[in-house]
Amino acid sequence: MAINPDHLGREYRAPEDYEVTRGKIREFAEAINDPDPAYVDRESARTLGYADVVAPPTFPVILGMAGSAQAVADPDLGVDFSRVVHGDQRFQYSRPLLAGDVLSSVTRITGIKTLGGNDLLTLETEATDRNGEHVVTATMMLVVRGA
Amino acid sequence: MNRPHHRPQRIVRKTSVSRLRHADVEVGTEIPEQTFPVRRLDLVRYAGASGDFNPIHWNERFAKSVGLPDVIAHGMFTMAEAARVLTGWTGDPGCLLDYSVRFSAPVVVPDDEDGAEITVGGKVKAKNDDGTVNVLLTARSGGAKVLVQSKALVRLAS
Repeated sequence: MAINPDHLGREYRAPEDYEVTRGKIREFAEAINDPDPAYVDRESARTLGYADVVAPPTFPVILGMAGSAQAVADPDLGVDFSRVVHGDQRFQYSRPLLAGDVLSSVTRITGIKTLGGNDLLTLETEATDRNGEHVVTATMMLVVRGA
Repeated sequence: MNRPHHRPQRIVRKTSVSRLRHADVEVGTEIPEQTFPVRRLDLVRYAGASGDFNPIHWNERFAKSVGLPDVIAHGMFTMAEAARVLTGWTGDPGCLLDYSVRFSAPVVVPDDEDGAEITVGGKVKAKNDDGTVNVLLTARSGGAKVLVQSKALVRLAS
């Protein structure tokens, strides 16, 4: 069933702020097998000019995943999660995420298209810090394969 | 198991003093290729770390029931490995300003000791006056291009 294009622009605000912790950064860096010391060692991060350990570039997918999960669970959209495939992904950074960041995020539906029997759903998650400054925007395009 | 499969590989890293400088690269400068293993355990760990528990990434029965050849890697895992090559090259994991990929083929991960491999490389496509460069990354697995239009805008040291 095609996703109703009237839902374009619909917003999902994360129910709570996301705290970027050293432990989570370490877990994520280990999961991607990336040995960069700036992910786990504060001194290494400081040498590069960062106040605390840095999160890997794709770390904000955690926020994007949470936002897209809200959209996928929205009964008005009627997305069958078992048919969802990740089509493309983009991150636009104002700065890297650091341990200690507290981020609030909002996910918007910025694209609904039907192509070759599949629905293409584009979701944009914008994360801002405590000062209201933009940190990163994660845009994911999901392909919902036709039955 | 007689091989240390699940330890991150030790690679020689640039120190901050040898952070890649804008002056050191030209259009056409190549980012040396690296190959990484992807095993079922990597996918389980990545699922836990990222929060993406889609069963196509860990449940063979489910993956096959939706028409996939086997369990496939998270696209985001591949994107992370490509970023790892890029930030390892620049020496600064916070250098990215913009990074986008299209997932063009799945990385199929069989249930054995070796799993699959992802090979990542790249090239400088443009050098900009503001201290940034545009990079095009490539990622292959099992003979297929698994990322296309994999582009990054990165700031290099001056």
